[in-house]
Amino acid sequence: MEQTINVTLRVWRQKNANTDGKFESYPVSNVSTEMSFLEMIDVLNEQLIKEGKDPIAFDHDCREGICGMCSMYINGRPHGPWHANTTCQLHMRAYKDGDTITVEPWRANSFPVIKDLVVDRSAFDRIIQAGGYISVNTGNAVDANAVPVEKQKADSAFAAAACIGCGACVAACKNSSAMLFVSAKVSHLSLLPQGAPERKTRVMNMIAQMDKEGFGACTNTGACEAVCPKEISISNIARLNQEYLSSSFTTAE
Amino acid sequence: MLNSKIPAGPLEQKWVDYKGHCKLVNPANKRKLEVIVVGTGLAGASAAASLGELGYRVKAFCFQDSPRRAHSIAAQGGINAAKNYQNDGDSVFRLFYDTIKGGDYRAREANVHRLAEVSVNIIDQCVAQGVPFAREYGGLLNNRSFGGTQVKRTFYAAGQTGQQLLIGAYQALERQVALGNVKMYTRHEMLEIVKIDGKARGIIARDLVSGKLERHFGHAVLLCTGGYGNVFYLSTNAMGSNVTAAWKAHKQGAFFGNPCFTQIHPTCIPVSGDHQSKLTLMSESLRNDGRIWVPKKKDDNRKPNDIPEEERDYYLERRYPAFGNLVPRDVASRAAKERCDAGYGVGTTKQAVYLDFRSNLINKYGRAEANKRGIENPDEATLVALGKEVVKEEYGNLFDMYEKITGENPYEVPMRIYPAVHYTMGGLWVDYELMTTVKGLYALGEANFSDHGANRLGASALMQGLADGYFVIPYTIGNYLADEIAVKPISTDHEAFVAAEKEVNERINTLMNIKGSQTVESFHKRLGKIMWEKCGMARNEQGLKEAIAEIQALKKEFWSDVRIPGDINEYNPELDKAGRVADFIELGELMCLDALNRNESCGGHFREESQTEEGEAKRDDANYSYVAAWEFKGNHEWNLHKEELSFEVAKPSQRSYK
Ligand SMILES: Cc1cc2nc3c(=O)[nH]c(=O)nc-3n(C[C@H](O)[C@H](O)[C@H](O)COP(=O)(O)OP(=O)(O)OC[C@H]3O[C@@H](n4cnc5c(N)ncnc54)[C@H](O)[C@@H]3O)c2cc1C
Ligand code: SF4
Ligand code: FES
Repeated sequence: MEQTINVTLRVWRQKNANTDGKFESYPVSNVSTEMSFLEMIDVLNEQLIKEGKDPIAFDHDCREGICGMCSMYINGRPHGPWHANTTCQLHMRAYKDGDTITVEPWRANSFPVIKDLVVDRSAFDRIIQAGGYISVNTGNAVDANAVPVEKQKADSAFAAAACIGCGACVAACKNSSAMLFVSAKVSHLSLLPQGAPERKTRVMNMIAQMDKEGFGACTNTGACEAVCPKEISISNIARLNQEYLSSSFTTAE
Repeated sequence: MLNSKIPAGPLEQKWVDYKGHCKLVNPANKRKLEVIVVGTGLAGASAAASLGELGYRVKAFCFQDSPRRAHSIAAQGGINAAKNYQNDGDSVFRLFYDTIKGGDYRAREANVHRLAEVSVNIIDQCVAQGVPFAREYGGLLNNRSFGGTQVKRTFYAAGQTGQQLLIGAYQALERQVALGNVKMYTRHEMLEIVKIDGKARGIIARDLVSGKLERHFGHAVLLCTGGYGNVFYLSTNAMGSNVTAAWKAHKQGAFFGNPCFTQIHPTCIPVSGDHQSKLTLMSESLRNDGRIWVPKKKDDNRKPNDIPEEERDYYLERRYPAFGNLVPRDVASRAAKERCDAGYGVGTTKQAVYLDFRSNLINKYGRAEANKRGIENPDEATLVALGKEVVKEEYGNLFDMYEKITGENPYEVPMRIYPAVHYTMGGLWVDYELMTTVKGLYALGEANFSDHGANRLGASALMQGLADGYFVIPYTIGNYLADEIAVKPISTDHEAFVAAEKEVNERINTLMNIKGSQTVESFHKRLGKIMWEKCGMARNEQGLKEAIAEIQALKKEFWSDVRIPGDINEYNPELDKAGRVADFIELGELMCLDALNRNESCGGHFREESQTEEGEAKRDDANYSYVAAWEFKGNHEWNLHKEELSFEVAKPSQRSYK
């Protein structure tokens, strides 16, 4: 049941992309364990504003674990300690009185810091632009039931499409690889018959863009899968690799 | 003065005739026409992508870091369409009729019929884009049912339908970005509409990273900026959802339609304390399988599973036998409030009722699975285990979400739920073509007032957003732009742009220079409290009058004592929020004014003065069968224009779900 605890936050503060950052510590007292992690930061920010200090900038919007906006690296783990969870869904129940909690932004060269805990993830949008879609103009569609899709395939496509584009996989990876994110999209679209015609070019173009954005190579450590809030499976990376290989052979001519 | 431009002819021919006769813009001319789309949720992303495909030069804006994160992403339960794949008697007419009736006869017939017609195309389009809707074992699409209907017409993707639809629209949009047809501006906020010779010709936007103001020209401007439920502070909307774009348009001459029509959703996780920053919805689709009840005894402190069946009051099934747990949202919300106010609420705050899955988990799903697998005489534990697997597939993420927030496992104990602000049927007044009262300025999706009357049926907002963006605006905008092909792009050095930017700049400076003592958040909370208590689930004359006075006082206090940290020319979320809260305060006053004017109960608008003996909402068609369209006249001043509603096909009757 509800308790009140006191914690210390060690937070990365960085004014903007062009300045160096550093950690600052803040005590936060009388935190209800029913609060979400972000509500705890709301309380701290209210306090900072009242003291005439700059509140901590962080990305968030839905606070329901679906928009992919929140992005804190908490005690060395993207999105904090809970399994299959986003920062906004983490609750203070996870902590004890007296804990010190270190909070950093996603760290990756392809995700430059904008301010404090806010980073620029537009690289993900550019990867989608490179091929993460099915080319069908509005009005061109046939009846939705004209093409049956095997339930199992539809379910696997859905599981891959559940990716929220948060970037935790990149933040967790020692190589800052974006393979889990890219493979989720490639899998989602290539598992469906509607995505088949562009299967080969899609994977090539998305990988090329991923490399261009400066994301690292995948060395199969599995760190991404372990922190992914939507439990995107690393088997998607294997599928991507197969797609990539077969595409490289056939598109060579 | 209001011209809704509804085409003549029989209801089912109107849209067909319109499409057959509206003006077209040829491909070469489309390339010379620029369109600004503000907002890239379902309505905006679908509009921007479709207009880009047609060849218009589109600029799209959103305040998040990516269009994929718009509030639409959070929609859970599903999207309606009159496909009748279930062969259960559905049709375009039935979807039209359910929507008009569900909206308590306060929506326009012509718009709603068009919505029902294009609903079928939406599903086709989304499937073609790769939206992974739920399917049956035979590979065909599955459906579930939602409140206010007796057919199964809701398409869904577990509890993440909005996410999957938005990803589809987002991908279509990014494809147009890659092709150079759409230029996307993320982390940008529109802060003013620029009008030249009475027509919308552009916007002033602020780059939220650098804080710099920018001028953008467009031959037409589309606002797809979502709803304003956050005027109540606590709502199921995303934290950033706001009214600012619509409000700026309103002050530039766009009338605001039915601002007081707010949807309070019956099934949300209850408030747990003062720290609460938002409320979380538990999708209406759960009412398919969950039964709502409270103890028959007042202040019953037993654990829910210890309360025997005969001591439970399934009050929706009792009061509304025909629709039971699937009555429309307004009806279900008021019934929950009635039970809690009468002292039957549950949980520590007593402001909650139970949503219980156990009986369906065991009897419906558990037994079906046991049959399928040929397990004879299964015991209860087996049934529960089997049922859980099915429920997990249908709603999994929602159950997990509930557990993370409350620390309780809803497979074992019933969910505690309570109504919360969810959606706004009101919005910018638009005509049949989705144009506001400002020429060339359109409103799509939740930002307009158009299709849901006084109460929206579940799974119809996604349908409307995508209908507007994919299938309506591509036609109606052509009808306007066909006459604009001779207009060369106007330089943003034009005096109207200069003046608009100056105005925005001054307002930001004024805000920053108040340097008061109270935070933006604290004002927002106070506004929310006034709105919830006096303009929430039940409203009365005295309360509304008090609310107006309190809001006016709050506005004064805000403009003399708000404290905004940081600087203008930097990333400063507190400054962004201050502008939004300032607009919410003004909107709050108009909502109360509208609620005060409408001395009848209809849909989600419940005036205590107007109820039947059984406590149901009582409409007053003789006096209020109109859309209230408010014209901004100046500080605290509005003029009311009435668009009379005429019902030629769905004749108004007192709604009954009994
Ligand atoms: C939790 C939840 C669940 C829901 N579930 C369902 C459901 O199952 N079925 C259903 O039919 N409906 C559902 N709804 C309702 C539905 O999701 C929304 O009504 C709908 O998605 C709104 O879409 P939209 O495109 O109009 O606006 P939004 O998705 O809110 O998009 C608004 C866009 O405008 C931008 N924006 C806003 N202001 C500005 C500005 N000033 N400058 C620049 N950009 C701006 C934002 O960045 C965003 O891109 C649900 C709603 C909630 C809250
Ligand atoms: S794969 Fe998982 S961790 Fe990576 S972006 Fe998608 S949801 Fe986030
Ligand atoms: S704020 Fe949307 S996922 Fe966390």
